[in-house]
Amino acid sequence: MKSVTNVIICGTGGQGILLASEILCAAALHAGNDVKKSEVHGMSQRGGSVSSHVRFGEKINSPLVEKGCADLILAMEKMESLRWSPYLAPHGKLVACDLEITPMTVNTGHAVYPDVNEIIEKENLPVTLIPAVEIAEELGNLRVVNVVLIGAVSTHLPIDEAHWKRAIEDRVPPKALEVNLEAFRKGRELFGN
Amino acid sequence: MRKKLNTIDEGTILLSGNEAVARGAWEHGVHFASAYPGTPSTEILETIAEEYDEIDAQWAPNEKVGLEVVAGASFAGARVLSAMKHVGLNVAADPLFTLSYIGATGGIVIVSADDPGMHSSQNEQDNRLMGKAAKVVVLEPSDSQEAKDMVGEALKISEDFDTPVLLRLTTRICHSKSMVTLGPRKEVPVKGYVGDIKKRVPIPAHARAMHSRVEQRLVDISAWGSECSLNRIEEGDTSLGIITSGISYQYVKEVSPEASVLKIGIANPLPWNLIEKFINMVDRIIFVEENDPYLEENIKARFLIEADGKNIVPLEGELNPQIVRKAVHPGTTKEITFSEIQLPARPPALCAGCPHRGAFYCLSKLGGSSTGDIGCYTLGLMPPHNALETTVCMGASIGVLAGIEKAVGREGMGKLVAAIGESTFVHSGITGLIDMVYNGNTGTVMIMDNSLTAMTGGQENPTTGKNLRGEPAPVLDLEKLVNACGVKHIRVVDPHDLPEMEKVFKEEMNRDELSVIITRRPCIMAYKPIRKGIAVVDPEKCISCKLCMKLGCPAISWDGEKPEISKHLCWPDCNMCVQVCPVDAISKDMGGQT
Repeated sequence: MKSVTNVIICGTGGQGILLASEILCAAALHAGNDVKKSEVHGMSQRGGSVSSHVRFGEKINSPLVEKGCADLILAMEKMESLRWSPYLAPHGKLVACDLEITPMTVNTGHAVYPDVNEIIEKENLPVTLIPAVEIAEELGNLRVVNVVLIGAVSTHLPIDEAHWKRAIEDRVPPKALEVNLEAFRKGRELFGN
Repeated sequence: MRKKLNTIDEGTILLSGNEAVARGAWEHGVHFASAYPGTPSTEILETIAEEYDEIDAQWAPNEKVGLEVVAGASFAGARVLSAMKHVGLNVAADPLFTLSYIGATGGIVIVSADDPGMHSSQNEQDNRLMGKAAKVVVLEPSDSQEAKDMVGEALKISEDFDTPVLLRLTTRICHSKSMVTLGPRKEVPVKGYVGDIKKRVPIPAHARAMHSRVEQRLVDISAWGSECSLNRIEEGDTSLGIITSGISYQYVKEVSPEASVLKIGIANPLPWNLIEKFINMVDRIIFVEENDPYLEENIKARFLIEADGKNIVPLEGELNPQIVRKAVHPGTTKEITFSEIQLPARPPALCAGCPHRGAFYCLSKLGGSSTGDIGCYTLGLMPPHNALETTVCMGASIGVLAGIEKAVGREGMGKLVAAIGESTFVHSGITGLIDMVYNGNTGTVMIMDNSLTAMTGGQENPTTGKNLRGEPAPVLDLEKLVNACGVKHIRVVDPHDLPEMEKVFKEEMNRDELSVIITRRPCIMAYKPIRKGIAVVDPEKCISCKLCMKLGCPAISWDGEKPEISKHLCWPDCNMCVQVCPVDAISKDMGGQT
């Protein structure tokens, strides 16, 4: 097994990126790893680009992932999945929510929202798009989109399912636990288990 | 249900640097803490308030008052902590520089959270230099465990050497989480207040002796620092020696695990004996530090050595592993498989439903603009409003407006108003307003009262009726305060009532006397929406005039022909888009309570 796993979770402010990275950290901890994570609060929360770096393994120094080293990038927004591409390792995977949130620069006519699928094809990016919003809607709770996505990527990471479930139980209020565990399961099913 | 952290005495958990500082304060017997919110320092006091009831913690109106209150508590023998962002230390610099002379009876820890890379700040100042200028001890942790431990060390140094101690964090320390081993709280008795004029009244006759003591203190701590574990040599391959501190140490260990490292934990006064030993041990030296060449300049000046530093490590912006690798081992940079893709920027924006939007929309519509301040409303500068033209520091919007009028007169000032939030006004805008009254200015000051210190994540302040712990507190009456400053014309307006907002702007901008407009509506983070409806566009009625786009609402996007309103983002209690549509093509159920 590789000694360190590098993950970047990205998206836009207000999408639950911090909770998603908290769940990942807790699961990695339960699995017996050293863990570090880093993110920036403040200005970026007002709908701007947000990212969280999570690294786990035997011994972690830098809390930031180095370019060319991310084993996994999880993007909660479609276009944001492209922003961190130089960080992806040659073998890395990119999982993105199939949701477009137009930035203010597009709304004000200063920029155009790109054709993300075309770029993915052209750059040959290892992206899997997930209909996480639809799945959350089916579950009747739009706030679990992030947990659907965590479920989806959980199969790509060296952490057993039991640790993920315990992490969700630790982080989610009791009354929302059932729907979050269901969201995790639905997401996990997308990749076959 | 999660247990409060003050009920847990052992174990290892993941904490951010800020949470670790709060924990350190609790474990090491801090009695009292005071701060003004400022990214990236805010969560220190929030964590104390949420988790550690044993510490009496409170928000101050500004950092200067925060430090003064903490100083008083130290004089009375309590262990104390004050936290602020880097520019907050400028506000608190006046008490800091003299507190250095006076010293500490109960241990004093002052946390300065610097922001390399300026994620949420207006400058990139390096407060190791402030600490050196103030002649206080500066400690620099490189992860959360050290952040916790260094609070304890700082309190001990403070009491043993009779000095305030600056704990210098950076954004990447404050907001990164790493493993921390917990311990129990050690209760330290409050010593009690004993008057000591020679110690605490720096009239020149006393201050001269105080200054001599301060200089000797620095010599003593430098010698002690060469022996203590806060500074350490990690001996490796002696062909390369790296001198580093703070988060940069982690990047060095990541990219250069084989090198010899001198890890500086006490940035002021520097441990000269240990540094000399390291210099003699290694063949080549590289300084790896964020922002200013603080270690590099001081150590080069002392020992006149040849070494690399800012010639290969950038001075501006944050460091990261790839930058440090490129500087230290240029041949080993990682292969980039997927190149960078040019994408539209995604800058922050005022939230959907933000009260400030109404004010900036109307100001922009009237061809007006503002001298700005520090808060969410600084975003008034962004398109489509383009309605904010200056920002200097907390409170400066008012002084700047006054100065523009002094230079070019009321005519030359045009349709500029000052835009300042209620928390920033209380922080340091009041004195600017007093200046305007006293010196005969005639402009308009807009106090944007959203009943919350919002940009830092939503904190209480003296106008909100609650304290740091969410308990009821007296409400500062802004109208009476402004009136007491000598302002005769005070208008209070709901910024979501666009016709009224526009009317008030027109009237006050045309007035030949000083006036204050208070735009009052709570921040959307301050309460749950009362209504349930979301705005809907009728494409049959819409004439594609794009007036709704001028609101700059993140919930409204343009599909090429018509506006689209996001049901995920639309704020139920806001109907500004309904108000601006000239053909009633946007509707919204605004039923329910008002």
